Amino acid sequence: MEEESDTRKINNSFLRDHNYATEADIISTVEFNSSGELLATGDKGGRVVVFQREQESKSQPQRRGEYNVYSTFQSHEPEFDYLKSLEIEEKINKIKWLPQQNAAYFLLSTNDKTVKLWKISERDKRPEGYNLKDEDGRIRDPSTITTLRVPVLQPMDLMVEATARRVFSNAHTYHINSISVNSDLQTFISTDDLRINLWNLEITDRSFNIVDIKPANMEELTEVITSAEFHPQECNTFAYSSSKGSIRLCDMRQAALCDKHCKYFEEPEDPSTRSFFSEIISSISDVKFSHSGRYLMTRDYLTVKVWDLQMENKPLETYQVHDYLRGKLCSLYENDCIFDKFECVWNGSDSVIMTGSYNNFFRMFDRNTKRDVTLEASRENSKPRAILKPRKVCVGGKRRKDEISVDSLDFSKKILHTTWHPHENIIAVAATNNLYIFQDKVN
Amino acid sequence: MEVSAEAKRIMVVALGKLYSSRTQRGGLRLHRSLLLTLVMKSARDIYHAAQATAQSAAPTCEPQHPAVNVITTSPAAAQGLQSPASHPAEESRTAGSSTELRCTPHAYIRAENKENVCPSGPAQHSRKRRGKAAAEPDFLPCKKAKLEQVNCHQQLIVSSVLSDYVKCSSELRTAPTPIPVQTAIAAC
Repeated sequence: MEEESDTRKINNSFLRDHNYATEADIISTVEFNSSGELLATGDKGGRVVVFQREQESKSQPQRRGEYNVYSTFQSHEPEFDYLKSLEIEEKINKIKWLPQQNAAYFLLSTNDKTVKLWKISERDKRPEGYNLKDEDGRIRDPSTITTLRVPVLQPMDLMVEATARRVFSNAHTYHINSISVNSDLQTFISTDDLRINLWNLEITDRSFNIVDIKPANMEELTEVITSAEFHPQECNTFAYSSSKGSIRLCDMRQAALCDKHCKYFEEPEDPSTRSFFSEIISSISDVKFSHSGRYLMTRDYLTVKVWDLQMENKPLETYQVHDYLRGKLCSLYENDCIFDKFECVWNGSDSVIMTGSYNNFFRMFDRNTKRDVTLEASRENSKPRAILKPRKVCVGGKRRKDEISVDSLDFSKKILHTTWHPHENIIAVAATNNLYIFQDKVN
Repeated sequence: MEVSAEAKRIMVVALGKLYSSRTQRGGLRLHRSLLLTLVMKSARDIYHAAQATAQSAAPTCEPQHPAVNVITTSPAAAQGLQSPASHPAEESRTAGSSTELRCTPHAYIRAENKENVCPSGPAQHSRKRRGKAAAEPDFLPCKKAKLEQVNCHQQLIVSSVLSDYVKCSSELRTAPTPIPVQTAIAAC
């Protein structure tokens, strides 16, 4: 078995270095922790990189809390399911932080099949002066020991260790698309295409299935679950989105199996916009509760919608992310872009929402002023401390200077994953294998 | 006609994607397969609606090979291949056909024999990998029509996609009974 894993490692690094040079580096998820001090990224190669914000120092006020690498570890490895002859990708689909309860940091990371709880802790002291071992750890010859002494903790260079504390596996037949930690800080849910499982963070050999939409006859399958999230305050409430564009809110107090929803959010389809691809573009790729818990945000292919939990028949607000793509759906279907799953995110005060687009563009919508802006994450435009210039896509015939036409958009450069600092205006944007961190202008 | 050409193109592309998703790392993605199936279904419905109007517009059209039999019957999760409801639909499809379909009988027979005797490379490889006997399932639709006759190899790929989907789905289930082809996509 050891040989096999060695071969796999060799194969992976071979692939990494040769054919798929940077495919393993493609960032697949980004997440700030609840204080905003740490930022985690997961990539296709199964690695997690954690950044930590520098302490602001008076001597260097311009380095206003920059993020530096704090810890890097291999979270998941590629696996092989021998029973089904299927390879299980090591790509990290989601990372969720647990709120900090002691000196160590905890996060959940998941690939398609397995969720892992990682503990990230610092070590800055080590015991020295053992009685029975020498400094290299070798056992001393007892006849040479003439004195008694107790080890003393001596300072050492800071070391950040990541250890896997729990592995939650073998609970999902289909591919896990999301995880969400409950506000009770004791449980979490993992969601695949057809089922949602509830786990206790302490118990790895058992999980409860709370939603199961698998039909008895798979022929009748018409929709799958695309994302699920716990309510930020109410530990009994969670929501899940479907590929048909609907969201269901469920209450775990109602029944052990939450197949009956409490609320069902769906907007009737506009028949005038019906096309071959209506089903694909109405599939919700991400669902996020607002920090206040009063609203829900959903992202489908062309729009972001904000829903009021009290109003089920239509969204409160709809924002067009890139409506100019509506006429290009056929080519986006052929080049597979129509299946891209964009995420969406709230700012700390729920007044601004952000989501990604193509050409390394990302969009922000201010819910109060109704203003929106398109920004670009690219090396040319992002020298340190440079102010991002708003971008504009030209849809009509006449292209103004600085505008970019729809046909010139680079669809291989897509921003699927973004995250917003919980309190400040700091955002992290993943553009393929690059991570961009933007902050508010310093006055 | 443009609508039906676009519908046909969409169906072909969907099939290509379903086929290539078999060899993707990480296994078949249920969500993606479902969306492709839905797109194929709506494209097929629109195609047949366009065919029906074309047929009513030109009743003297010489009946040729029926349209898209192989493709349409497979991933439509909601419609059963064996269900009698589909037969009348098939008949109407048979009557009016697109002038673009011009698969010569010889090419068709050759293709069919090829499929039965010597399956295409990747398909056979994946059958072997799954450890199943390479017996031709008897519930596959009879290959009366081809979507495009430009490249006969494409048709081989289509048929082997369907049979592989069946094998994939039967692997996940314990029951060894043959599964209707149209369930194959959904069951994976």
